[in-house]
Amino acid sequence: MFKTVYNWIDERLDITPMWRDVADHEVPEHVNPAHHFSAFVYCFGGLTFFITVIQILSGMFLTMYYVPDIINAYYSVEYLQTKVAFGQIVRGMHHWGASLVIVMMFLHTLRVFFTGSYKAPREMNWVVGMLIFFIMLGLGFTGYLLPWDNKAYFATKVGMEIADTVPYIGPYVKELLQGGEIVGAQTLTRFFAIHVFFLPAALLAMLGAHFIMIRRQGISGPL
Amino acid sequence: MSKPHENEHNPHGPTARKEMSRRQFLSYTLGGASAFMIGGAALPMVRFAVDPLLQKKTDSDYVKVVEVSKLTAEPQEFNFEVLQVDGWYESKPTMTAWICKDEKGILALSPTCKHLGCTVSWNNNEKFKDQYFCPCHGAHYTKEGKQLAVARAPLDEYKVKVSEDGFVYLGSKQSNTRVQ
Ligand code: HEM
Ligand code: FES
Repeated sequence: MFKTVYNWIDERLDITPMWRDVADHEVPEHVNPAHHFSAFVYCFGGLTFFITVIQILSGMFLTMYYVPDIINAYYSVEYLQTKVAFGQIVRGMHHWGASLVIVMMFLHTLRVFFTGSYKAPREMNWVVGMLIFFIMLGLGFTGYLLPWDNKAYFATKVGMEIADTVPYIGPYVKELLQGGEIVGAQTLTRFFAIHVFFLPAALLAMLGAHFIMIRRQGISGPL
Repeated sequence: MSKPHENEHNPHGPTARKEMSRRQFLSYTLGGASAFMIGGAALPMVRFAVDPLLQKKTDSDYVKVVEVSKLTAEPQEFNFEVLQVDGWYESKPTMTAWICKDEKGILALSPTCKHLGCTVSWNNNEKFKDQYFCPCHGAHYTKEGKQLAVARAPLDEYKVKVSEDGFVYLGSKQSNTRVQ
């Protein structure tokens, strides 16, 4: 059944070379844990991506119930967590995944650092990786405000005061981030937009660049 | 791994047990493991998304609306508030009922047009004297809510209870019990 549908499409569009080019390539021995167990360190990049996919999916589903409004945000999160079937699981995936993605990214960065993979010709991919790192921090920072509980509110206040300490431009940065003079209604809508539209879009673009470069340059050689 | 000629010499022919190839074994185990992992992540999210379909629906409580003595044979419009729980948002929207009293008892009709949900009123169009009329696409109904044009069902009615001290209480909506 699947084969017939696939063949029908393939006859018309010749799709085999497309996915072959993306998926069908050899895993060098030095990155294959079946050959050298210590090669498991090469898994952290893929694990980071796996958790990112989970974040995006669980986030999309959370958005079915969540409202970015100071009166209702807290109650909508409380409702989706306590009244909706599997709400605790789906919110849990997003909540714990947000921390785990940082851990995986850190381990991946350590692997790249200690295998020297950032060296020529892969310097650009290190820079893109750093941009991904900052986008992730931004997602964590903006997402943390969304439940609009005390922890969320004061964490964001602290973040705003830190922004405020930047010489000269600090107060302006703070007001721009807050969308006003206080952490309030406009901060919440702004953080929501950044969290679910702007940063995920930037993240996907950077991940695309990251993977295209890896495909072009191949994985770095053995130590 | 089976040797190529083993099966040919086997007198039981194709019914004999064939060993699994390495490729088959790998696609089953990897496929199974992937399905398990994808399912484990996807099922909670899908169940989460369809939850509104599966939540228990509750009948609304009866609400005190008006004294029985104020009702007439002519339908009159009465407003009342009901508690509405919409997810995390509780509110008291105002509902409307057109209530009349005749020999068969008290009839409280909902003004939601059974064509596509606009709002009907009593006697609001001179062409349809003593009827409910909907301004959207011209559905009209008799005093008992029987559809005469456009709509395909009679107006819904509210469940009615009369208290001992003579008040009309209205509950949730149901399909019209007098006409079809
Ligand atoms: C790598 C990507 C992401 C990270 C690191 C991340 C991080 C976070 C964090 C830390 C929270 C607070 C969770 C809590 O306090 O329990 C949060 C909440 C939220 N996020 Fe994300 N997020 C990501 C992607 C997304 C995406 C793509 C969407 C939507 C399309 C999304 C939608 C939401 C929503 C609606 C909430 C509020 C609900 C809640 O607090 O449980 N997130 N996010
Ligand atoms: S909605 Fe009333 S006539 Fe169409």
